[in-house]
Amino acid sequence: MLMSADDITEPQNDRPEEIIISTRNVDVFYGDNQALKKVNLDIPKNLITSLIGPSGCGKSTYLRCLNRMNDTVESCRVTGEILLDGIDIYGPRVDEVLLRARVGMVFQKPNPFPKSIYDNVAYGPRIHGLATNKDELDHIVLTSLERAGLIKEVQDRLHSSGTGLSGGQQQRLCIARALAVRPDIILMDEPCSALDPIATAKVEELIEELKENYTIIIVTHSMQQAARISQKTAFFHMGEFVESGETEKLFTSPSDERTQGYITGRFG
Amino acid sequence: MTDLNETGDGTGWQSDKFIANLAKRKRSENRFRRLGLCAILLALTLLAILLFSIFSKGYSAFIQTYVTLDITFSESVLDKDGHRDPAKLRSANYSKLVQNALREKFPDVKERQNLRTLFGLVSKESTSTLREMVMNDPGLVGKTVPVELLASDDVDMVNKGYIERDLPEIDRRVKNNELDWLDVLESEGAIAFHFNSAFFTNGDSREPEKAGIAGAMVGSFYTLLIVIAISFPIGVMSAIYLEEFAPRNKFNDLIEVNINNLAAVPSIVFGLLGLAIFLNIAHLPRSAPVVGGLTLALMTLPTIIIAARAALRAVPDSIRQAALGLGASNQQAAFHHVLPLAMPGILTGTIIGLSQALGETAPLLMIGMVAFIADIPGGAFDPATVMPVQIFLWADSPERAFVEKTSGAIMVLLGFLILMNALAIFLRKKFERRW
Repeated sequence: MLMSADDITEPQNDRPEEIIISTRNVDVFYGDNQALKKVNLDIPKNLITSLIGPSGCGKSTYLRCLNRMNDTVESCRVTGEILLDGIDIYGPRVDEVLLRARVGMVFQKPNPFPKSIYDNVAYGPRIHGLATNKDELDHIVLTSLERAGLIKEVQDRLHSSGTGLSGGQQQRLCIARALAVRPDIILMDEPCSALDPIATAKVEELIEELKENYTIIIVTHSMQQAARISQKTAFFHMGEFVESGETEKLFTSPSDERTQGYITGRFG
Repeated sequence: MTDLNETGDGTGWQSDKFIANLAKRKRSENRFRRLGLCAILLALTLLAILLFSIFSKGYSAFIQTYVTLDITFSESVLDKDGHRDPAKLRSANYSKLVQNALREKFPDVKERQNLRTLFGLVSKESTSTLREMVMNDPGLVGKTVPVELLASDDVDMVNKGYIERDLPEIDRRVKNNELDWLDVLESEGAIAFHFNSAFFTNGDSREPEKAGIAGAMVGSFYTLLIVIAISFPIGVMSAIYLEEFAPRNKFNDLIEVNINNLAAVPSIVFGLLGLAIFLNIAHLPRSAPVVGGLTLALMTLPTIIIAARAALRAVPDSIRQAALGLGASNQQAAFHHVLPLAMPGILTGTIIGLSQALGETAPLLMIGMVAFIADIPGGAFDPATVMPVQIFLWADSPERAFVEKTSGAIMVLLGFLILMNALAIFLRKKFERRW
């Protein structure tokens, strides 16, 4: 069940870990090129999971399988099972529009629409018919901006262009835009790689707040960032999922040699 | 090291080789810059020559010579029985009035041949001018009023200096006696130039002094309307389908290659296609803007599709991804985000395609829009001609006076083209977005 915007509940971290997405034997091919090999990975609910690994290891590809954004790549082929609450999202009865409403996404480069800040956030609710009148829409937009920690900075210029904001603000606007559709899961593809350290700190802070209500899966290049914000970390290498576990444990005592090599900086 | 250009011990950037190479690179760069400048200067000079030649020949098309004569609206000619019956007044012999006025002015002219030449000083158009005056005000009958009448094209040419008086009479179209009469009229101040508004309100005519471009402008307007109505929606929709929805496969590659080839097909071939399909199979009216528009729409379509596809491709993929990531369908992403952002580019391409269509002649010759049509068309199904074809027709006419008409029409056409291109630039600037 989707949560309504205004009943923010207590943190749920102390509940027993619940799996929201489980991946079984997933292979991904771009044409003849295999990008992911037999990935088996479970994503826990309401935690932050980081996907780390050297460039080209398939972590972004994996992320984009989770809301079927890979469908837009013509040559891409996905086999195996990705179960969201036990239902295969590549199954015949799953509509990718509904899936993407439930699994939101934030991209590497801030990509606000060249429209007003208000329209940026209101676009999702509008196309999904989440608001029946102007007041409801206003409410959704304002709560989403508030949750994204942007409301103070933009409340007196909601109708000026979203592209006029700074990079960090734009990225938080993109997060607000994703929140407005009320997803359960938010995928983030290196959301801070185009931002300066201060903007990065703000976005990280925001991500940590969001985990109370959302499951967040974040691809990152920065092991420090993974260590700072995530509870779970999964390591990918050369298209293979190597290992996953509690972030702290993975960084201090990895069980695989490749993980050891990556986190100690021997390659990557 | 104080001087950067000083040659040092001959290693690395200080070596003679390096310095020599640097000088060579600089020379090459300067040479290229000079060549570019020359090319631009050459182009500008040629353009200036073209424009000068058109303007210097064409400006006089916008003025026209008028002759003032004292016209006696005599009752004996117009209305013998004095009833002022409109039907009678309409059908009266108005050229008699002009002839009488000229006879009165030059009483010495008696010979039949000379009289005919004398009457030829004034355009045949003047009879309808006089008829109009009387129909508007029947009270004129019986009075004598000075009236400005349109001069014939020969008088106009003399007055504009296009016919040289020094030529031997035998080589001259206007004879000595005509020149003498003109001198008399001139000395009385009866000859004057006026702005030639008829050029913009009349249709084509066999009399150069009467010929105007309005018929061709209206024909061009209807033709372009048809072109826009057909090629814009079809072109943009095709571009959106091909760019945003069509899968990449052999079949669509084939379509793409064909569209690019179509854009390069000579326009006369489209004219033949229009002739074969719209006239011979569909039996649409000959010489009509609807057929011209359909033919030109076929010709413009590939241009619009190519421009629109380029504009759609220029929209960053991140915008599509953002929309899709929010759960928008492909169609919503395309129509809500990509299309509005591509619109300035699409409009620019469309307007450039339209200005091509506006200047196109060859295909219209094939479908009969080259006929002499004096009436201003009232709709897309009436016989009409278009501006470039009108230019072609006038350029082909033997009368000296059509030379300036041709240049004048070119100026009008160029004016419209400049307007359309300015509109394209304006739209691009206005809707341009930056990321």
